[in-house]
Amino acid sequence: MTELTNLTVAQIRDGHRAGDFSAVEVAEAFNANVAGAKALNAFIVETPDHALAAAKQADADRSAGSLKPLSGVPIGMKDLFATNGVQTTAASHMLEGFVPRYESTVSAKLWDAGCGMLGKLNLDQFAMGSSNETSYFGNVISPWKRNDGGNAALAPGGSSGGSSAAIAARLCPAATGTDTGGSIRQPAAFVGISGIKPTYGRCSRWGIVAFASSLDQAGPMARDVRDCAIMLENMAGFDPKDATSLDLPVPNWEAALSSDLKGKKVGIPKEYRLEGIDPEIDAMWDAGIAMLKDAGAEVVEISLPHTKYALPTYYIIAPAEASSNLARYDGVRYGLRDLPQGAGLQDMYAATRADGFGPEVKRRIMIGTYVLSAGFYDAYYTQAQKVRTLIARDFDNAFAHCDVILAPTAPSAAFGLGEKTADPLSMYLNDVFAVPASLAGLPAMSVPAALNREGLPLGLQIIGKAFDEQGVLNAGLAIEERAGFTARAEKWW
Amino acid sequence: MTDYRIKGETGEWEVVIGLEVHAQVTSNAKLFSGAATAFGAEPNSQVSLVDAAMPGMLPVPNRECIRQAVRTGMAIEAEINKWSRFDRKNYFYADLPQGYQISQLYHPLVGEGSLTIEEDEKAGIPEAKRIGIERIHVEQDAGKLMHDQHPTMSYVDLNRSGVALMEIVSRPDMRSPAEAGAYVRKLRSILRYVGSCDGNMEEGSMRADVNVSVRKPGDEFGTRTETKNVNSVRFVMAVIEGEAKRQVELIESGGTVVQETRLYDPDRNETRSMRSKEDAHDYRYFPDPDLLPLELDDAFLAECRASLPELPDAKRARYLGEGISAYNADVLTAEVEAALWFDTLLEAGAKPVAAANWVTSELFGALNRLGRDIADSPVSPAQAAELLGLVADGTISGTIAKQVFEKMLESGDGAAAIVDREGLKQTSDTGAIEAEIAKVLAANADKVEQYKGGKEALFGFFVGQTMKAMQGKANPQVVNELLKKALG
Repeated sequence: MTELTNLTVAQIRDGHRAGDFSAVEVAEAFNANVAGAKALNAFIVETPDHALAAAKQADADRSAGSLKPLSGVPIGMKDLFATNGVQTTAASHMLEGFVPRYESTVSAKLWDAGCGMLGKLNLDQFAMGSSNETSYFGNVISPWKRNDGGNAALAPGGSSGGSSAAIAARLCPAATGTDTGGSIRQPAAFVGISGIKPTYGRCSRWGIVAFASSLDQAGPMARDVRDCAIMLENMAGFDPKDATSLDLPVPNWEAALSSDLKGKKVGIPKEYRLEGIDPEIDAMWDAGIAMLKDAGAEVVEISLPHTKYALPTYYIIAPAEASSNLARYDGVRYGLRDLPQGAGLQDMYAATRADGFGPEVKRRIMIGTYVLSAGFYDAYYTQAQKVRTLIARDFDNAFAHCDVILAPTAPSAAFGLGEKTADPLSMYLNDVFAVPASLAGLPAMSVPAALNREGLPLGLQIIGKAFDEQGVLNAGLAIEERAGFTARAEKWW
Repeated sequence: MTDYRIKGETGEWEVVIGLEVHAQVTSNAKLFSGAATAFGAEPNSQVSLVDAAMPGMLPVPNRECIRQAVRTGMAIEAEINKWSRFDRKNYFYADLPQGYQISQLYHPLVGEGSLTIEEDEKAGIPEAKRIGIERIHVEQDAGKLMHDQHPTMSYVDLNRSGVALMEIVSRPDMRSPAEAGAYVRKLRSILRYVGSCDGNMEEGSMRADVNVSVRKPGDEFGTRTETKNVNSVRFVMAVIEGEAKRQVELIESGGTVVQETRLYDPDRNETRSMRSKEDAHDYRYFPDPDLLPLELDDAFLAECRASLPELPDAKRARYLGEGISAYNADVLTAEVEAALWFDTLLEAGAKPVAAANWVTSELFGALNRLGRDIADSPVSPAQAAELLGLVADGTISGTIAKQVFEKMLESGDGAAAIVDREGLKQTSDTGAIEAEIAKVLAANADKVEQYKGGKEALFGFFVGQTMKAMQGKANPQVVNELLKKALG
């Protein structure tokens, strides 16, 4: 029998259903992997009992003939999702020790579908970062190493870096992520797994610690496209508790998976050919184009003329929303409170927030506060909103000529931890290809496509029309089948 | 035009007043959460996860609160914006869990409207006046700090946090404390008719920010001050009087009025500075990204309009058309409960003019004496209609009606039953009346002489004497006729 922790979500689901193994065996195998991988620092809290309890229930349900869609599948939960009775920190000192008495809609749906929780996954603090280095609980280390004989610790990407590392290291078969400006896709690309950010509004934001409300969107990360489809089906759905939730039925994405792209048009945005980019990225992109042609698609060049404004636009809108969303962490009702002797209310705010937020979070709060200030609001925020509209219109125009768009996920492979921390701008640049789809609220996924010369994974990104997750998944599947990406990180932890 | 003027050393000053009234929307649930809104509940017993701004919580607009604000807008004949949007007003305070208040700065739900204050000569309002209302927007209320619970700390009660408020912003159209008072009373009356706010100023359901400036008549507007959270009509008027006087004295002594926020201290009847414009907050307003723009469809608006009751102005006009005096019409329409009670009385068949006189004098007098509201009047409109019917058809006289009403209040019995039981029916029996007239004239021969000598005013005396002899039960018209005949 293959090692249970090498199985995909679909294989665990089907194998459990067929009686090949018990859910408890699966949970125990993953619990053991989690316990043995402390060196990766992928989890902030481990919850082996939660996984086991769900597994026992899954086994009982199997005996009773009442299996649920994901019975027997243990998963990792990004520590941005509120979990009832389990510490929820957003990887911040501010929320260290905070135990919610409520369950996020997405996690509740997964538990209802039969999943168990292996633990709360590490991330960039308040989901702000692209390398996981802003976590208060220490950075996650990617299971991958360069093949140069060196032993440099690499970034697992961010902000969903705990999710990406845990899946790549076989600590869980799938995990939740959230994507505000690439936080699912970039870490997925960095560790050679798949991840999809659905259309804005597909997954409820209720119970997810907010970063930038108009951009935040939950999605699954897993080893392959099918698993992403299965997970997304069990995460998505209208939620009356989220006013921005889409009131649409959830399609059966898994059942409709098809890598036959005959009659489909794939758009290649010319503005994504960046000056001075690593030629390996362009080569991978060209290989991806060939794969989609091979799957029957017609390839057309398209133009997204406002692409170069996407990153600056994102870094106005996201911090603006964050500066307001994070105002609630004030030491008054929950979380950290620093109340120096004799301090008044203002002193308490200052001390609590100075201590509770890390440098990147403070940087974004300050940027956001600045761009919303009287006298600057129109020049920054209003202007950024206008550009955001133009970027969305670019996509509308492009989708008049194609069904999906193919592009690289990130401009580089995983970088070394510490390599970019001194220069926030170069860190921000890592999301250059991911941010436009976020600003437009479009579904987008990353699938592993190749290894670079250093032996590190590279990912291709598929961007779809609003609500067309199916088109995105299908194109992803066509690449997956042709790329034959089977590489995995050698265990060193 | 009102001629309210402050007399300063340099001449007369005109006062310019604008009011921002915060009215709590009548709703079982808060603006963006399902938590309850009852007044006076145990601290922090009406707080949802959303109201406490727990991590990951999201606001969802409460349709009923929007509906009430739209109906209010329609009641002041305002433009209803089918597309509006919520903005965040960012500031830190311990009673504001989110760190921002969800409000509407850029695109309010309700646009330009107005209301009319009635003439009130006694109060110095010589003619009816239209007061412009710039907008109504909806927003969240904050919680409440309690400073008396602990020697060194303040406590926070979040029961009110997230409760829906309408902010009703007037134009600077008022020129005297009396006009401002009339405006608040009229607005309160409309809100209570519509049912969108209980108007209870003591419980804080309605409070006003009072903007005051002074100028020499005909000059440009002066610099205004804003006195926050004034919670009675009397205080609104006191604030304006005091603040206008303070500003005039300040200017005349060489100072300048600074734009600032002030607080009113009712115990000392004075305002004091809270903060000036220089240290005003930068609220960093921006559209709330948790909420989509609010779009209202025609069916929703039609339902809102159809659900509006007859409003005070329309009711007043109807009463005037039925011959009711302006004074009575004002009194009857001021409070929705009284107006509804009166309308029920009319529906039960009472004649408008007589009914209006009776309600404003007899009924209100009795309620006043008993310390009761009209809502729990011991006499129902149907019972009152029965009583007034007996007067109208001549069964009893107005004088007897007063006695019957007293007995109704005491016993709760119906008017007809009391009249029967007590034998109070009016008589038109000419024989009996003529017999009493003969006695009265015989007993007052001197007065009969005077009357016949031209002192016709004595006629009333004979009527009174005859009625007295008949114990009030004689039909006054018959008495008149028979007396005239007897006196030749």
